[in-house]
Amino acid sequence: MQTIPVDQSVSMIPDGASLMIGGFMAVGTPERLIDEIVRQNKRDLTVIANDTAAPGQGIGKLIGARLVRKAIVSHIGLNPETQRQMMAGELEVELVPQGTLIERIRAAGYGLGGVLTPTGLGTPVEDGKQRVDVDGKTYLLEIALKADFALVQAFLADYLGNLSYALTARNFNPVMAMAADTVIASADNVVPVGVISPDHVVTPAPVVDYLVANA
Amino acid sequence: MNPQAIIARRIARELRPGMLVNLGIGIPTMVAGYVPKDMQIFFQSENGLIGTGAPPQDGMAHRTLTDAAGRPVTALPGASTFDSAMSFGLIRGGHVDLTVLGGLQVDQDGYLANWTIPGKMVPGMGGAMDLVTGAKRVVVSMQHTAKGKTKVVTKCTLPVTSLRRIDLLVTELAVIAFRDDRATLLETGPGVTVDQVKAATEAALTIPDKVPEMTL
Repeated sequence: MQTIPVDQSVSMIPDGASLMIGGFMAVGTPERLIDEIVRQNKRDLTVIANDTAAPGQGIGKLIGARLVRKAIVSHIGLNPETQRQMMAGELEVELVPQGTLIERIRAAGYGLGGVLTPTGLGTPVEDGKQRVDVDGKTYLLEIALKADFALVQAFLADYLGNLSYALTARNFNPVMAMAADTVIASADNVVPVGVISPDHVVTPAPVVDYLVANA
Repeated sequence: MNPQAIIARRIARELRPGMLVNLGIGIPTMVAGYVPKDMQIFFQSENGLIGTGAPPQDGMAHRTLTDAAGRPVTALPGASTFDSAMSFGLIRGGHVDLTVLGGLQVDQDGYLANWTIPGKMVPGMGGAMDLVTGAKRVVVSMQHTAKGKTKVVTKCTLPVTSLRRIDLLVTELAVIAFRDDRATLLETGPGVTVDQVKAATEAALTIPDKVPEMTL
C-alpha cells in the first residue's frame, strides 16, 4: 500500500478505464476523487455503481461533465441528466437489479464466475441470459463483473490501509474493494495503526493499493 | 381522509411485532408513521440499515445516515448497518418478513408492474425486483385508478417486476388478496360499496357474500 496525493492517484487512470465507484445516492462516494477526475478531464469512462446520484452530487458530477461512456447501475431515476443522455443515445446505460449488481461484483472479487439468482426471471433482465435449474428451482446465471479501478470511501483508514466504514456510507464500498485490479481508497479520517481494532476492520489493508493523502 | 393516508393506515395493520419490514418510496414510506409507537418493528433501508427511524431534528442530520432515497434518517436503538451484499442477502434470502411497494399495475393473477413505462419512464429497477422476488410477503400500495383508468387489470400491459406474485393489494377502494390463483376482495374502503370496487376494476375478482369495510 502506498499513500499518494489525490492528483497522482487520478493520473493513474487512463481515458476509457472502467471504474467501480462506491456510494448510494452519493452517500459513501469518494467526492475528492470524483472532483479530481473532473479536473483532469478523464474521458470515455465505464462507471459501475449503484446509481448516478443527482446532478452535481457524487457520480452526477461525472455525468454532468460528460465523462461517462457507459454506466452499469441499478437506478438513474433521481438524475434527469443521466436519463436525458441515455434517451439521446449519448450514454449507454445497463440497468441491473441492485441485488444482482452487488452479487456480480462480489463474485468477481471472490474468484467466482458468477451467481445464480431468481431475480429478473420473466423480465427484460433475462434477455440473452442462461437459465439454470437447481433442485427444481429456476435461476438466472449472472456473470461476474470486475473493473480496472475501484474508488472507495472509508470512514477510517489507518496508515497501512485497513478500512472501516460509517453507517449507510458502507454500501457498495467494501465489496468493490475486492473486485478491481487497482484499489484507490479515500477516507474521512486517516488514523494510526491500531486505532481500528481488528474486529472493526472491514476491508483488510492488503487489498488496498493506494490511500489518498489528506489535502 | 385522503387516499394515500387510507392506504398507509390500512397497511400498517399488517405489521406485527418483531417483523423485518422494507418500505418502498412514496405511500409505502408513510406506513411507518401509522405503526403504534410501542410496537417494535425492524425497518430496513436497502442501502444498509436495519432500525431506520424518523427524519432527524433540524441540525441533527448526518450525511452517512440516510434512507434509500438519500434522505437523512435516524437509527433507532438496536439498529445495525451492513454492506449491500448483506442487505440484498436479507431481501433475496427470505429474511425480510414483509415489503410494501408502490405499483403501476397489478393484474388478476397477482403479477406486479412497478418499475418502468418503456419509452417514458426508465428510472431503473433499483431494489424492486429483488424485493418482490425474495420477501416473505409482498404488499402493494397504490391508488386504484390513475387519470380515470384502472390500475387493477386483467393482465399487466407494462413489463412485470417479477414472476413472483404479490400477496396483498391495498388501494383506497379495496383490499385484495392473491392466493390459490384467485384475486379475492377482502375489504372495501371507507364508505365504498362492492359495486363501486367492481366498477373501478378490470381484473376478475372473487367476491365473498360478506365484504367488510376496512378498519383503520
